[in-house]
Amino acid sequence: MTSVITVPPSLDDHSFEQVVEQLATVPPDAKLVVDARHTRWASPYGLTALLALGQAREVRASFTAPEAEETASYWARTGFFRHAEELYDLHGSVPKARGGESSVLLEITPVVKSEDVHEVVGRIQQKAQQILSKELNIDAKATVGFAMTLSEVCQNIVEHAGRGGWVGVQTYTWRRRLANRRVVVIAVCDAGLGFRQSLESAPGRVRSDRWDDAAALEEAVIRGVSRFRDPGRGQGLAGVRRYVGRWDGKVSVRSGTAKIAIVPSWDDDVPLLEKLAPFPGSQVQVTIPERVAGGPPR
Amino acid sequence: MMHIDVSSVLRQTLSCELYSNLVTRPTGAAVRTQIEALLADTRERSLTVIDFSHVGMIDYSCADEVVAKLLLRYAAEERDDREAYFLFRGVTEDHWDAIEAVLERHTLALVLESADGASAHIGGIVNDREREAWNKVYEMGRTAPADLASATGSPTADCARTLATLHRRRLLMRLDGDYVAVGGLADARV
Repeated sequence: MTSVITVPPSLDDHSFEQVVEQLATVPPDAKLVVDARHTRWASPYGLTALLALGQAREVRASFTAPEAEETASYWARTGFFRHAEELYDLHGSVPKARGGESSVLLEITPVVKSEDVHEVVGRIQQKAQQILSKELNIDAKATVGFAMTLSEVCQNIVEHAGRGGWVGVQTYTWRRRLANRRVVVIAVCDAGLGFRQSLESAPGRVRSDRWDDAAALEEAVIRGVSRFRDPGRGQGLAGVRRYVGRWDGKVSVRSGTAKIAIVPSWDDDVPLLEKLAPFPGSQVQVTIPERVAGGPPR
Repeated sequence: MMHIDVSSVLRQTLSCELYSNLVTRPTGAAVRTQIEALLADTRERSLTVIDFSHVGMIDYSCADEVVAKLLLRYAAEERDDREAYFLFRGVTEDHWDAIEAVLERHTLALVLESADGASAHIGGIVNDREREAWNKVYEMGRTAPADLASATGSPTADCARTLATLHRRRLLMRLDGDYVAVGGLADARV
């Protein structure tokens, strides 16, 4: 029997949970169709998470592209289909990417090894400076921190996932929660080991009474714990939190059955969600909003 | 005095002219290994300028590998065989974010040359007494504990202890019982 997963019309980190919930009852080796025909919009998180979904399947799944020409064309310009065709049997009208997309700071890029992180950081620097200072009114000095943040979240894949993942960076206007303010969003998703399994592989690790995906996320994201004994480890995510705090941004990390978020005042997300439907690997999103006059001090 | 251009070491390490960013932990570890190989030929007492002038950016993981581990190995450890001192040049505000974070993590400190190269100061984790002592030694040049005691009004024994601590952390160099600040060594023979 083939299971059909319907992708919501608007796909972001919240609505991706609907996809994961549908997946919960489908064994990894079952035949699967991911149906995005009626999807009209997707965030970089949504697109990279769809790739992670394809990566997680034991049997190659099918993927039906959005029917809306504008949407399919946009997804093509983000590089989504180029990577999706390696993971899925693609159906529907899949346009070829023509020309770059101005809102895409970094098209969807695979991250497998350390050199990929160099490549990603090198490619983003110049464009990031322009976007951050001109579109988001953020001090040009923030560009380096942005590249550092990107580097650290990508390294999370190289160091911990045990397999490759994808990164995408994009700007868009956030109409609902931020009253038409622009945001820049980094999304990094993989279907690898995830935080709990990574921390469990630490040599000599003593398990606490409460040990699950949420506890693992709290240890890694809040307390900077790493599977490595080296005391210098675990600074990457701490640095990401510092950068995000400085620019009134948001970071969220989903892994396994939990999701943790550092939530700024402009957002109403829940800091810790537990007992979600399971999804392998780690999915990270960093959001930096446009600065407005009278915004919170740095 | 040895001069190590970190950007050159990075390019040699990656065998690639395209990257000027110190990012990722494996890259940092490879760069530090190269630096350590260069330091292997130095004398028992050496001063090395670690030059970041041509480095685009450094992330936390790389700062931990290149800066913190270098200091931990050569400056924070008690080593009888070698006294290695480092002066960090060309460190910008952008680099400092990552470097400061790793110094805090490991309770380390280092000596930084100012942007114009005309002066130096310490950065990282030092207490007020250590900072004041280092600044005085930097200002006065070759300094004995009694000189510092006169300058600060503190007991000589306390000054001797503070100077010894700064020497152990390789922020001051000891010359026949006196001390000279790293970065203020223009007249001292290393």
